[in-house]
Amino acid sequence: MNLRRTLSLVTIPLLAIVLALIVGAVVIIASSPLVSGHLDLVLPLRAYAALVSGAFGTVNGLIQTIVSASPLILAGLAVSIGFKAGLFNIGAQGQFLVGAVAAAAVGAGLAHAPAPVAIGVSILAALVAGAVYGFIPGFLKAFTGAHEVVTTIMLNYIAIQFVAYLITGPLRATGATFARSPSVGAAELPVLIGRNGHLGILFALVAVPIAWWLLYRTTIGFEVRTVGANPDAARYAGMSPRWIVIATMTVCGLLAGLAGAGEILGITGYMPAGYSTNVGFDGITVALLGRANPIGILFGGLLLGAMRAGSNLMQIQAGVPVQMIDVLQGVILFFLAAELVVRYVFRVRAARAQVTELQTVSRSYGQQTTP
Amino acid sequence: MTEPTAPLEQHGPPPALEMRGITKRYPGVLANDGIDLQVHPGEIHALLGENGAGKTTLMNILYGLATPDAGQILLDGEPVSISSPSDAIRRGISMVHQHFMLVPVLSVADNILLGEEPMAGPVFLDRRSAYGRLRDLATFFGWEIDLDAPVGTLSVGWQQRVEILKAVYRNAQILVLDEPTAVLTPQETREIFTMLRRLTTEGYSIIFISHKLYEVLEIANRITVIRRGRVVGERLPSQTDEEDLAQLMVGREVQLTVDRGTSHPGEPRLVVDDLYARDDRGHEVVHGVSLEVRAGEVLGIAGVAGNGQDELVEALVGLRRPSAGRVQLDGHDVTGAGPRDLHQRGMAFVPADRHRFGLVLSYPLTDNLVLTDYFRPPYARGIMRDEDAIRVQAGKAVEQYDIRTPSVDVAAATLSGGNQQKVIVARELDRDLRLLVLDQPTRGLDVGSIEFIHRQAIAKRDAGTAILLVSAELDEVLELSDRIGVMYRGRLVALMDARSATREAVGLLMATGGSQPQKTDTGAA
Amino acid sequence: MEAILDLPVIGLILQFIGYLVQVVVLNGGLIITLSTPIGLGALCGFMNERSGVVNIGIEGMMLASAFGAWYVASISAGFLPDAAGPLGFTLPLLIGLLAGLATGVLVSLAHAWLSITVRADQIISGTIINIVALGITGYLALLISQSSPRSAGNLSALNLPQPVTDIPVLGWLLATFLEHGPITLSMLVVVVVLQVLLYRSRWGLRTRAVGEHPRAAETVGIDVIALRYRNVLLGGLLAGLAGAWFTIEYGNSFQSGMTNGRGFIALAALIFGRWTPLGSVGAALLFGLADTFGRAIRQTPPAGDLGAVLGAIPPQVFAALPYIVTIIVLAGVVGRSIPPAADGQPYEREATAR
Repeated sequence: MNLRRTLSLVTIPLLAIVLALIVGAVVIIASSPLVSGHLDLVLPLRAYAALVSGAFGTVNGLIQTIVSASPLILAGLAVSIGFKAGLFNIGAQGQFLVGAVAAAAVGAGLAHAPAPVAIGVSILAALVAGAVYGFIPGFLKAFTGAHEVVTTIMLNYIAIQFVAYLITGPLRATGATFARSPSVGAAELPVLIGRNGHLGILFALVAVPIAWWLLYRTTIGFEVRTVGANPDAARYAGMSPRWIVIATMTVCGLLAGLAGAGEILGITGYMPAGYSTNVGFDGITVALLGRANPIGILFGGLLLGAMRAGSNLMQIQAGVPVQMIDVLQGVILFFLAAELVVRYVFRVRAARAQVTELQTVSRSYGQQTTP
Repeated sequence: MTEPTAPLEQHGPPPALEMRGITKRYPGVLANDGIDLQVHPGEIHALLGENGAGKTTLMNILYGLATPDAGQILLDGEPVSISSPSDAIRRGISMVHQHFMLVPVLSVADNILLGEEPMAGPVFLDRRSAYGRLRDLATFFGWEIDLDAPVGTLSVGWQQRVEILKAVYRNAQILVLDEPTAVLTPQETREIFTMLRRLTTEGYSIIFISHKLYEVLEIANRITVIRRGRVVGERLPSQTDEEDLAQLMVGREVQLTVDRGTSHPGEPRLVVDDLYARDDRGHEVVHGVSLEVRAGEVLGIAGVAGNGQDELVEALVGLRRPSAGRVQLDGHDVTGAGPRDLHQRGMAFVPADRHRFGLVLSYPLTDNLVLTDYFRPPYARGIMRDEDAIRVQAGKAVEQYDIRTPSVDVAAATLSGGNQQKVIVARELDRDLRLLVLDQPTRGLDVGSIEFIHRQAIAKRDAGTAILLVSAELDEVLELSDRIGVMYRGRLVALMDARSATREAVGLLMATGGSQPQKTDTGAA
Repeated sequence: MEAILDLPVIGLILQFIGYLVQVVVLNGGLIITLSTPIGLGALCGFMNERSGVVNIGIEGMMLASAFGAWYVASISAGFLPDAAGPLGFTLPLLIGLLAGLATGVLVSLAHAWLSITVRADQIISGTIINIVALGITGYLALLISQSSPRSAGNLSALNLPQPVTDIPVLGWLLATFLEHGPITLSMLVVVVVLQVLLYRSRWGLRTRAVGEHPRAAETVGIDVIALRYRNVLLGGLLAGLAGAWFTIEYGNSFQSGMTNGRGFIALAALIFGRWTPLGSVGAALLFGLADTFGRAIRQTPPAGDLGAVLGAIPPQVFAALPYIVTIIVLAGVVGRSIPPAADGQPYEREATAR
């Protein structure tokens, strides 16, 4: 890929971000009476300044950005590898949760085992749990035709109930003031850098090149991409779209599960009953920002991680709630989908490449896969 | 090419339709380049040209489906602007599209009435009030048609009739038929011709689009020939012949038929025994087909589209599991074997729908050219792809099969239909083959590509490959085959030597199955 | 051996069926109430998908409308009189309802524009609507909650006179179907109207044609783009109604993410109902039943063995029941349910192919 092509590929995401910041500013101004009691035209500037300084202003902020980015990168990969196979995995959320609770459960059980064993086995448990949770919609899609968009969302809700049951029931830590799982003890990931730059950030940084290599340099990736681009041709080429759909969803679940393990073992150290996360939707944003390309996802994840990391300072210094990030993210997504507007507003002729596969997800909607 | 176009003398009333200087550019292609066309009242005007010459674009402009970049349309001498199909319909233009514009799940009546619905009040339909008129129209043509049958259950020939009823119901003055005979048997074609002549006596002016020379000579009062978006000649049928028209249409001298020489059939390669298969909805559409293809021969299967050929082919190439029966390749039982297994046993397949099975349009030519071999050396070692080996192979194929492309890295979607088909042919034929399955291998291609693919097929045959050709295009089957079979309602109703086969005889079998001398198929199949 | 194992199980099953019947009889009205947002959501999906536009964003449309209806009603309640008219309608609630409808239409406009004009992938467009709706309503609700706004109350159910509900069987039926708030009642009307219009009106015929074969529709002079826009926007009206149900009929306050996947369940209902209005709402009733059942078990658990067995099942299982039912329905039915042929395919007016 030459420089020009790369440039033209990143133009649209960058412009979408710029437009989102502008729209975000309008929203902040419009809601400023609720924040500062009067219409405050400079509130957006204060908010964005706080956001930036929170994310990049200090070494710890920078590390926090990377720490926040790690699960987003993994979730972004979990969504975009699905895109490559023509699947829309909205279930990263649920896969993340079951991975997290598996890591919490096994970690708690091995809290007194030697650290390498405790960490290794806990992560393995999260990988398996996430993979199983990805396998289910993959299997349903391949053998019954149930569309993954609806099944994965349903599985997200089921995962919430499942986690609630485990944490308030069998996994509940004795003596804790609120419902939570016991501490993971020895399974806690070591901090490598700064205050909380834990081992988990390496997972994400290693997963990116592996995903890229698998997708673009191996026959496995070729099969996945072919099934996504034209399942009938894939069948004629001797591939099995069914098994590839299942395998892809399983791998997606595995990645999201790994993200869950990183959060529990690396940050909280236990799992509370009401554990809530935005990682599934964030993963979609990251995947679209990164144009379903692992390298792009690295940057998309870092950007969103920075926004998440800086949002606390934004809330403290400017009084704009951290939920503003959800709004920004939504608007970014809107402009990414509406490439046409971005092109029109900025009069650009950027390459439309890589978007084709994102535009074909609807194809299989409601239809059964060919037997 | 040989002589300047002699302007045909004009007299009497102004033309019913005149198109002046129509120009239309699509990205990378000048589809129409200053086309002039005059259609006189009550005439059948043939628009002759190769696939891709720009006939359909011109008619889409007339019908308001495409906007011209330049040019003018006049009806009865008055300039008009047609910016949507409803404009066209209002001005008395109707069109029977090459790909039928019928909604399969709706009934015959609903399809005809759609857009011109008879109403009882502002909201509700009043279908019944239109039934009388619909029946009268059908009777006028001598057709008995079930107005309540869903169109999707009708045979292709009957769908064609519904399209014509649609046009006539709208009181059209000008009727455009885009390749109306492509899907019909010779008998049905003759019936359509009779009907068209009748319509002209009722005052209709008809534009008849075709690339079949003999049909155009038979039906047209006047012929306009289009090549590469330009009008290259206008003829009266009495002043021309097939050679002249062919030369005009293609722009060079063409051999109208491939010299296929004589075949030297050897041992049976493909043996199909009492094969049954179901379609995607689970209906059995192939009923007990048995056939044999021998080394060094072409077995052609003719049949009207939708008589089970698609499912038969898919069952043979491993894309569909037969519900019963046996398939043997070189003496090995390959019933239900997958495409990769068959590929390794020396079978190749050129699919009818090249965008569906043949190519991944978003992939570069490199990946498309190794689509069936991507996993084996030299293109891959283990799971590692060898990009260099793939590129070398692609370069070779592009040169050897004369694929016109700026580079091997462009997406297959950017190539013309003919070059896309060559990519498939290069991939499938470039090795020693035991069996070659060709499913409508030249559908929608220009004459040059058709010649090329036919020559490649004959060369493979002469090298000893067994070839199964399936085509709804009767001419193609007659031209290439050594033996001919006919599919009718899922059965192979006849199998004959090509030397004894005539258009008429095969056409009759296609239309009736030939079991008894019976009426042609009825409305609901 | 078999006899020992089987008998209690059969007994349990019989008890279970008895309990299920009891739940239906005692809570018939609740089933219909709880299926309202799903039913209206499915009808919104019906309007979209029958004309060829996939709508994954029903959830977001409902959520945005729920917020819009609640917020506008509660602001109006600050300065408008709140004398209650029929069905508990006050001026603020009426304005809130209109705001909810308007929000639904506005969000649909975004979806229509993205998926019809811009021709973005329709599933991605819908997903984006869900994310944006969740983000913006969450953000605004948080800001608003700081000023603890007053609630405008909610709409009330139709009350049939005692003598009518006392009629055996018929009285029960009337009470079950009619003792509802105006939004639920409107669903019962809309579903019948749509079912009739789909097969008997010009709109229905054209909608079906556009959803199956848009180019064929265009060649007979139907404006595909306009029809799709109109249907998507009308669908937005229904999503708006569904959203308003949450905050001004069933409840009277707004919580972030309160639609809780009802919009997605609505999609499953649409598929289960084979893209017909009656079928979709019928399927919605099934989900309403699952929801009602989960609640009934917690509130009035059955006695005896069955009670013991069900009591041993964690409550989260019942909370997850609608979602589990959705998956089972999709997995079991979808292969036999054929969507409109052009569902999800953007329409390009001018064929770029030669």
